Amino acid sequence: MDLRFTPEEEAFRTEVRTFLQDKLPARLADKVRTGKRLTKQDLEEWHAILNARGWFAHHWPKDHGGPGWSVAQAHIFDIETALAHAPRIIPFGVSMLGPVLMKYGSDAQKKHWLPRILDGTDWWCQGYSEPGAGSDLASLKTSAVRDGDHYVVNGQKTWTTLGQYADMIFCLVRTSTEGKKQEGISFLLIDMKTPGIEVRPIILLDGEHEVNEVFFTDVRVPVENLVGEENKGWTYAKYLLTYERSNIAGVGSSMAALDHLKRIAATQRKGGRPLAENPLFAARIARVEIDLENMKTTNLRVLAAATHGAPPLEQGAMLKIRGTEIRQEITSLTRRALGPYAQPFVSEALDEGYNGEPVGPDYAAPVAADYFNNRKLSIFGGSNEVQREIITKALLEL
Amino acid sequence: MDFHHSADRQMLADTLGRYLQQRYPIETRHRIGASDAGWSREQWTALAGLGVVGALFAEASGGFGGTGFDIAVVFEQLGRALVVEPFLGTLMAGRALARAGGHETLLGEAIAGTTLVAFAHEEPQSRYDLAEVETRAAGSGDGWTLTGHKAVVPQVEAADRILVSARIAGAPGDEAGIGLFLVDRAAPGLAIRGYPLIDGGRGGELALEATPATLISDDAYPLIEETVAAGIVALALEAVAVMDVLKAATLDYLRTRKQFGVPIGKFQALQHRMATVALEIEQARSAAINAADALDGDRTKRERAVSAAKYTIGRAGTLAAEEAIQMHGGIGMTWELPLSHFAKRLTMIGHQLGDEDHHLGRYIALGRAA
Repeated sequence: MDLRFTPEEEAFRTEVRTFLQDKLPARLADKVRTGKRLTKQDLEEWHAILNARGWFAHHWPKDHGGPGWSVAQAHIFDIETALAHAPRIIPFGVSMLGPVLMKYGSDAQKKHWLPRILDGTDWWCQGYSEPGAGSDLASLKTSAVRDGDHYVVNGQKTWTTLGQYADMIFCLVRTSTEGKKQEGISFLLIDMKTPGIEVRPIILLDGEHEVNEVFFTDVRVPVENLVGEENKGWTYAKYLLTYERSNIAGVGSSMAALDHLKRIAATQRKGGRPLAENPLFAARIARVEIDLENMKTTNLRVLAAATHGAPPLEQGAMLKIRGTEIRQEITSLTRRALGPYAQPFVSEALDEGYNGEPVGPDYAAPVAADYFNNRKLSIFGGSNEVQREIITKALLEL
Repeated sequence: MDFHHSADRQMLADTLGRYLQQRYPIETRHRIGASDAGWSREQWTALAGLGVVGALFAEASGGFGGTGFDIAVVFEQLGRALVVEPFLGTLMAGRALARAGGHETLLGEAIAGTTLVAFAHEEPQSRYDLAEVETRAAGSGDGWTLTGHKAVVPQVEAADRILVSARIAGAPGDEAGIGLFLVDRAAPGLAIRGYPLIDGGRGGELALEATPATLISDDAYPLIEETVAAGIVALALEAVAVMDVLKAATLDYLRTRKQFGVPIGKFQALQHRMATVALEIEQARSAAINAADALDGDRTKRERAVSAAKYTIGRAGTLAAEEAIQMHGGIGMTWELPLSHFAKRLTMIGHQLGDEDHHLGRYIALGRAA
């Protein structure tokens, strides 16, 4: 039993920190740290910097252009990039589609698509959820009907994150209505510029355009864009959901967010003393801090036991539930810490180059919006209620 | 990082686990726990013979373990069987003696299991605060006497000798001025009022009236704090083990108990509750591992990890105990089902060496001081 990282792993941590000091633009880190909006260009800039170092696809094996890191190295990288306020990596191509193609894609598909994920040629988005298929994903209805060398796709996807930027979408489509609903699903790669595709924004409660509806009307998709076998898409979809779970607990982001909360609580005053010294507020912070300390070790235990970054389903579910609960609690406390100054919302203040006088403390502007935005964490990627069923069903083997 | 026990520790755990499974089934435990003595010298001697006590102490003290993870493997096994014998007191008293130094013979007897030493620190008014010592020490040089009251000392009637904290100087609440003393069970002015505990075994109130005592340490607070830290690591792992038993029993019940024509594990309301319990147990296990890991490190890190663990164990333990009873329904309320006794033990661990609120407050204070 030894919770320490090896000297080699600590040396690697130093290497990552040095890289971040040298290569993470201060402009981007400042935007992340202060909760400013990131543009498509910001995200692409960071992508290019990581890719130049060979660290973009940090969970990929070497033969596909990844660095071939151990689970511990990937974990250290996740933590250090979060603590340095690096922009998040948009996961759809690199963490979701990439692993599916490596395992189930044809040689031609791997050769064509994987390098384009690495160099950012294609911005991928995910076509899973539908208006009638959320937690019950397998009841999806978007259909793909074979017509010569093409599938003709009709239907609607929703909650498509950053679909407005996307060049490509990987979609679960129904190719059969025979048998169980899971057995008639296929996995298709669709060019977003194909005629018949329409993207409509969904504005979220914080006023942001983060997600979209995507409509498909007689969209013709070449058959070579089918991944694996027809009607086997559910298997690939499930693999995608279990593959990249090493960072699902979001420990690094929660650590950074907790530091931020503690700084705010030390600045805010209550009864002439720092809010951090108020017994009730201090107890709230301490509770979530201890939960996070425990989660760091739980996360490492799961990672240490997992091979290829794929822990058993119920352990991934535990990390997802508690990791998101911790993150949500921190954003909730940050909102509470502001007191009445959680209320003003000057949306332009979140844009780079805004010169207006801040309302209240200079860190206040994004806090309430960030809290509202992060309510999504317990809903997406399989709601926390679905995760709870996954845990108990796995434990019960019913 | 490596989350496996060393081969030696794993072997000890396996040996101990096998022994307890064969020789310490729940019926035996009930009989021992409810007996007049509240423990079994025969079991104690056999367990000491297996090296279970020796594993709790470092080689320099005459044992062959003594790290946080040595304590962890032992108490995890003891917890699975709800062992009532005085391991916690022996761990704490022995650790304090080892830290104080100069009592090798007594320590050797304690490790051999031939002399039982209890650790009596808490008082009726101290409510888990380690510096709230009112018991007074009078005298100096070769002659000390103690006067005061020590509260709910586990298995104190079984002890041959008792380590007692008492104030040499200062006021209750002061960390300075606390001494640690050794008193003989048969010393004049010493009275024990023993009683059964709700979770099995026995405890007692220790009353001292001008009781002759030998000084062990005249600046004992740091030593007491470190001793209590080791006790908390032990309780944390015991609690995790009890939670594992409760979890397995509850899962089994959800699988087999049928209502409305289906196993009750098919019901979402119970699935969600069970998932939360399972998740909290893993968080509690992590907290216990963190504390065991920190036990041998620097003071602030150690005490923060220990308080975080005791807080977590207190919170998760209450949840796990209450939910196990709830999900078992009426049968969970019965004496006959072993589950209820595990639930009682788990709940009462929350009342030993500081509860959830105490350790949350302490964690905050330690963070502020850091």
